[in-house]
Amino acid sequence: MSHDVVEVVLRAVCVLAAFLVLPLVVGQTEHKVMAHMQGRLGPMYPGGFHGWAQLVADGVKFAQKEDIVPIAADKRVFRLAPALGIVAYLLALAVIPLDAHVFGANVDDGLIWAIAVTGIGTVGTLMAGWSSGNKYALIGAMRSAAQLLSYELPLILSCASFAIAAGSLSLVGIAHAWTPWWLLWQLPGAIVFLVAATAELQRVPFDAPVADSEVVMGPYTEYTGLRFAFFLLAEYAGIVVMSLLLAVLYLGGWTGPFDGYLGWLWTLLKGFLFALIIIWMRVSWPRLREDQLQRVAWLGLVPLALLQLAITAVGVVLTA
Amino acid sequence: MSRPDQHKHGLVPGLVKGMATTARTMTSHAHTQEYPDVKPELPPRSRGVIALLAENCTSCMLCARECPDWCIYIDSHKETIPAGPEGGRDRQQNVLDRFAIDFSLCMYCGICIEVCPFDALFWSPEFEYAETDIRDMLHEKDRLGEWMATVPPPPATDPGAQ
Ligand code: SF4
Ligand code: SF4
Repeated sequence: MSHDVVEVVLRAVCVLAAFLVLPLVVGQTEHKVMAHMQGRLGPMYPGGFHGWAQLVADGVKFAQKEDIVPIAADKRVFRLAPALGIVAYLLALAVIPLDAHVFGANVDDGLIWAIAVTGIGTVGTLMAGWSSGNKYALIGAMRSAAQLLSYELPLILSCASFAIAAGSLSLVGIAHAWTPWWLLWQLPGAIVFLVAATAELQRVPFDAPVADSEVVMGPYTEYTGLRFAFFLLAEYAGIVVMSLLLAVLYLGGWTGPFDGYLGWLWTLLKGFLFALIIIWMRVSWPRLREDQLQRVAWLGLVPLALLQLAITAVGVVLTA
Repeated sequence: MSRPDQHKHGLVPGLVKGMATTARTMTSHAHTQEYPDVKPELPPRSRGVIALLAENCTSCMLCARECPDWCIYIDSHKETIPAGPEGGRDRQQNVLDRFAIDFSLCMYCGICIEVCPFDALFWSPEFEYAETDIRDMLHEKDRLGEWMATVPPPPATDPGAQ
């Protein structure tokens, strides 16, 4: 009994540590990769070696800033909103397995759980936009809600494809069912997942909700200090969650050489690869207009995801 | 809806081209100049600060009058040089008491330097003279004179120049 409690606490602490460290790694990678893609060096001073401590310094700076709540804001909702995004991705990260035995919690329907809780993050964005009492925040929040509605469908359809191919809803089960043949077979689904995940994270080219030239910072316009930092943390935690999820679904997670004891490293590396692609897209592509954004979802991704479902179904029937 | 040039460069080739460009930039050398660690190499004609060669200045006031910002302050007085033992007239000479430029007002137009008939003002590429108080940007004769050491030799004239 007490042994179980210790294990649960230990796993929770590890998930929390990963939740605090991995987004910083992704954020620092973005700082440096984006800088070099733009012919710059990026942060060089904090920490001494190539500015590795830049995000730590940023955190200290955010913690020092005044916590401002606008007079017109719906204060309780305004204060609560940043927590939602954080908690949502924390819960999602808890069920993503790094190895057959390395995970926060083993949920039988882990895929459904992960997809369901990541959607909650957008509720936080919506709350932030609505409670700020600011027109830019409201427009941004509406955009973000519209975006969630249209991109959640292809995201779920592509996840369904992976689940059908594996015959399992458990993330561990899906990764176990993986074969190299999936790389081709599930490719359209993986593309749909990547694009839809980028849209759900509101990252370039789908960053209309926070487009600085149109709506200042969208739902986060009125936020300062730590609460604003929480939104940023949620964004990068979202990248981590989506990248790891795609690594488990499409690249077989820990499958690789020496996966007996290096499995977790393989999952992290594969996830990092997708995080790099998400960063790369941000640097290379312009922002989609709001109507183009809906067009991509309904005319591009949904049909592609349905096609993938059909291909998967045929494949499963033929090989069964 | 679709413009003609969209047919020439489709959506996907455009996206791939964008990613290729950023990837190429990432693998090539960054353009960043690491300024405080590495001093920049400025061309000789850089307008950093104005240096004064006080010995050449005759206090003619031309620069102060032409300055669009009126940010040059000059004080001078006349001194009489008595006639020598061989006779003749006493002569008068201008002595420069104060020459100051307020760099918080100066717009680096260079008119003062152009207008000086006696080659007393020069551009120096030196630019590290920031202050925390704007009132400290008023620099007097001595400070302006110190910058003379940083004035580069005049660049060679362009080929074909007369
Ligand atoms: S550079 Fe122009 S503004 Fe500055 S002191 Fe000379 S004449 Fe005045
Ligand atoms: S124009 Fe030249 S000589 Fe005349 S006061 Fe100015 S610096 Fe001196």
